[in-house]
Amino acid sequence: MLNTILPWLILIPLLAGVLSWLSGRIHAQAPRWIALAGMVTVAVLLGTHWPSTPQNSWWGEFQAPWIPGWGISFHLGLDGLSALMVLLAALLGVIAVLASWKEVQSSVGLFHLHLSLLLAAVIGIFLALDLFLFFICWEIMLLPMYFLITLWGHDAEGGRGRFHAASKFFIYGQASGLLMLLAIIGLAFANFSTTRAVTFDYTELLQTQLDPVLGFTLMLGFFIAFAVKLPAVPFHGWLADAHQHAPTGASVDITGLLLKTSAYGILRFCLPLFPEASQRFAEIAMLIGLATVIYGGVLAFGQTHLKRLVAYTSISHMGFILIGIYAFNAVSLQGVVVMMVAGALSTAGLFVLCGQLYERLGTFDTREMGGLWTRLPTLPPIALFFAAATLGLPGLGNFVGEFLVLMGAFKVAPEITAISTVGMVLAAVFALALVHRTLYGPAKSDEKIAAPVAREQLALFIMMAGLLLIGLYPQPLLDASAGAINHIQQAVSTTTATAAHFGG
Amino acid sequence: MNLLYLTVLFPLLGYVILSWSRGRLSENLAALVGVGSLFLAAFTTAFVGYQFLTTPPEGGVFTQTLWTWINVDGFAPRIAFHLDGLSLTMLGVITGVGALIHMFASWYMRGEEGYSRFFSYMNLFVASMVVLVLADNLLLMYLGWEGVGLCSYLLIGFYYKEKANGAAAQKAFIVTRVGDVFMALGLFLLFREAGTLDIPVLLQKAPELFVAGSVTINLIALLLLGGAVGKSAQLPLQTWLADAMAGPTPVSALIHAATMVTAGVYLIARTHPLFLLAPDVLELVGIIGAITLLIAGFSALVQTDIKRILAYSTMSQIGYMFLALGVGAWQPAIFHLMTHAFFKALLFLSSGAVILACHHEQNIFKMGGLYKQIPLIYVCFLVGGAALAALPFVTVGFYSKDEILWETYASHHQWLLVCGWIGAFMTSLYTLRLIFVTFHGPAQLEAHGGHGIAHGLPLIVLLVLSTGIGALIHPPLQGVLPNSVGHEGGDMQHWIEIYSGAIAIAGMVLAALLFTGERRLAKLLANNPAGRALGTLWYQAWGFDRLYDLIFTKPFLWLSRVLASDLLDRVTYLIAALARALNLVAGAAQNGQVRGYAASITVGALLTLLVLIAL
Repeated sequence: MLNTILPWLILIPLLAGVLSWLSGRIHAQAPRWIALAGMVTVAVLLGTHWPSTPQNSWWGEFQAPWIPGWGISFHLGLDGLSALMVLLAALLGVIAVLASWKEVQSSVGLFHLHLSLLLAAVIGIFLALDLFLFFICWEIMLLPMYFLITLWGHDAEGGRGRFHAASKFFIYGQASGLLMLLAIIGLAFANFSTTRAVTFDYTELLQTQLDPVLGFTLMLGFFIAFAVKLPAVPFHGWLADAHQHAPTGASVDITGLLLKTSAYGILRFCLPLFPEASQRFAEIAMLIGLATVIYGGVLAFGQTHLKRLVAYTSISHMGFILIGIYAFNAVSLQGVVVMMVAGALSTAGLFVLCGQLYERLGTFDTREMGGLWTRLPTLPPIALFFAAATLGLPGLGNFVGEFLVLMGAFKVAPEITAISTVGMVLAAVFALALVHRTLYGPAKSDEKIAAPVAREQLALFIMMAGLLLIGLYPQPLLDASAGAINHIQQAVSTTTATAAHFGG
Repeated sequence: MNLLYLTVLFPLLGYVILSWSRGRLSENLAALVGVGSLFLAAFTTAFVGYQFLTTPPEGGVFTQTLWTWINVDGFAPRIAFHLDGLSLTMLGVITGVGALIHMFASWYMRGEEGYSRFFSYMNLFVASMVVLVLADNLLLMYLGWEGVGLCSYLLIGFYYKEKANGAAAQKAFIVTRVGDVFMALGLFLLFREAGTLDIPVLLQKAPELFVAGSVTINLIALLLLGGAVGKSAQLPLQTWLADAMAGPTPVSALIHAATMVTAGVYLIARTHPLFLLAPDVLELVGIIGAITLLIAGFSALVQTDIKRILAYSTMSQIGYMFLALGVGAWQPAIFHLMTHAFFKALLFLSSGAVILACHHEQNIFKMGGLYKQIPLIYVCFLVGGAALAALPFVTVGFYSKDEILWETYASHHQWLLVCGWIGAFMTSLYTLRLIFVTFHGPAQLEAHGGHGIAHGLPLIVLLVLSTGIGALIHPPLQGVLPNSVGHEGGDMQHWIEIYSGAIAIAGMVLAALLFTGERRLAKLLANNPAGRALGTLWYQAWGFDRLYDLIFTKPFLWLSRVLASDLLDRVTYLIAALARALNLVAGAAQNGQVRGYAASITVGALLTLLVLIAL
């Protein structure tokens, strides 16, 4: 039952994208509705097939031959982790469409084609069980984002322009993608040299025996590609520029989808494919995570561009995710999943708010803001809500994730975890700075600003409800991912003995 | 007792209604919701408390589980409430005093912008505070803990137009957050060692799990103490409280005097079995309390802002509570927490009334002679001040503070006792200074008193509770907190009582000498160089702000300024520059001149030949 819908999860957004592009000539608003319908359909389709008791193994698989000569097939698989990610992707797709409703007025059809294409590629990443397929989706993802930034972006104050930002994004993506491609081919070769069979299939490559040096090298190829997209310091340079120039919808997708693909990639590929190497790399990865937490946090505070500020906050969060992943601990890994979902919602919420502010004030410069509490109806308390979520207030989603990550990681690496809690203080500092620079202080003028309309509020309320739900009752989410996470955790931890054997 | 959850639900509903209304409710309606929800919570508490005391549940504990919050790999904290004598006492103080303060606030905030926003935050605060004290596990307590911090932040920055208020709010949140992070680390460590965060289990199993005085338990206690000093404004995280007075005065009464700032005391009392296993840390608790009560007492002596005086006195009184905890006087600590809530709420509300009567003047030296103009408030100040100064026998403050001092003596902490006595002397000195300067002497401005039940009733109720009558309320702590060492004191206890009473009265007499009439002596003391230097030092609260500014704030700001343009990102541009340089070199070769190409072909061919020959 579930097996047959898997390709549709990718095809539906693809079709919706093409349809919305074509419909743009007929009616100006039609593309929005079609794209929206596509994303809602994906969510509903997946939601209605959600297993009543999430099982341990794969919920569904789909395989069709593609390039049999090279052992490449169109192999898709869904487990709790990927299901959550696909659902999140569809949800944020909806948010992105809603957030672009007024902002994007030129080539509406084309815009939604790109948005849908991006979604299809991202869902492909979450479902792919063939490394070649995975790589294709990974690369395709870059293209729509490049165009979203160049064609509909802002040439904001002080930046180097949207073309620069988009190129930077693309080059980072390409260069790191190349490393991953090499690693994938290397892995296939290594597998070939022992089994004499060419395959790119995930499940088969999992069995590959690698000698420590090769394993470590290949693992690094994957890791760097993912670290660039995460982004982890020092590979983070593209993110703030991309956000600064991207339209709101694209920002929502960058933070909610693109970044999550990398954490997903580490969980799905880096750890199970290279358990020994990952074990040996864990401490370095956690240190990178630590640096990311602190560097992102300090930088967030120093920004005057609202979207850059939010961008660095998300970098800081990603550091915790990295720490949580490489703790290889069931609690911290489950925390990572919660953090991925909640972090996507809270950061996307902040970006939507940034967009709404921009539509009203015509600037992202926080020095031009201040005193918006009474000038701007409805939005300030909502901004406060998202800021509170970002700083990890208990009762909201991010806290659950952060706490589980840190509590789990503390068991494994108490020193790194303890130092990383500086990030919790920094989170308070930058979240409050965000609130203060916009809402507090004397108002720049007495003129009232238009209240958000129902559509704008809807987008925000969906995310707020999600954050509250995860904050107070995260169990459905945890149950869904438990099986997949256990799998991954076992894959890594059972090799401890072998890793020791190799002298790692 | 099954109605226990309503004590959280009512204020929470009030918050939801008020925040969803987005200021469209009339003031009366907003007040009805905001204050009504609190009274409902207080009535529920009274009802539940009555049941609890008349038909005590088995083991003295009633637990109400709502749902399992998280369940991961054996870590399964619940959303569950835990009612015993200690949490009941706290619940009573929070909802009871809270309801009175809300009522007063409905008068005080009249006509202010954001009336319903104010009450929505206040209601959310109470809900979080109730969660904090009722929490059955430390994670849920942490939820309340952070929740009250957020509300405190929101309310300190309530008058958002003033930059300074926003800064004070941020400071409060960030400084307490530092403490919170210590507490979180404490929880991580506890979970690692014990595998649970459920308070009853943890406390019961503590003696088996931990070796008394071991590094682990010391570290845990120390980390929890870090959280406690942050919330309770004790050394070294005390700097935020005085600035927190930027919020509306009822906020100061509720959050920064009666309830939230005592959360640290509650935390330590709640987890006392852990602290009992870490005697060194427990000793430290007492020492921190003693030092804080002294430095805060001196600071209070030279402040001119009526609210800052009270803020420092709060700090100092919580210092007494820490002192009490440190010497093992668990029950007196909580008793003092309760009595302090009564008289400090009274003083803060009265000071709010004074401030409104004086048209938002807060400098006591610009007031004077107010006793004729606002007699009710004067009486409130007299009673509240007497309780603060622990005037023997007639005030509630005397009974609680006296117990603490006696226990300090009885547990052989002579130095701490001396600190406590000096502090007691300072307390009566600055309290009476406040009263003399504000209410006596020549009148300097026209004051207008308040009217109405919402104004008068809370004051009168708190006034009654601040007299000796309040001391008749005995918190039901028997069996929840350990009995103290020195209960059968006999003669010595009377002597300590007499000394303490004499010290309080001596302070009052000195205050009368210094601050009545022409205040010649006070001026003489303040104006000589030594006095001026000390005065400045105390006025700036011993320079902690400056120190922290120098070692934390300034370097951080510097770092964020230097890094703001993302230095690491700049480095990656070197790669781009390298590519460009290579392009320049390679581009130079493509110059379109035939002889150049001919030359390079020749050189290339020759080199290839050479290589081939060499091979």
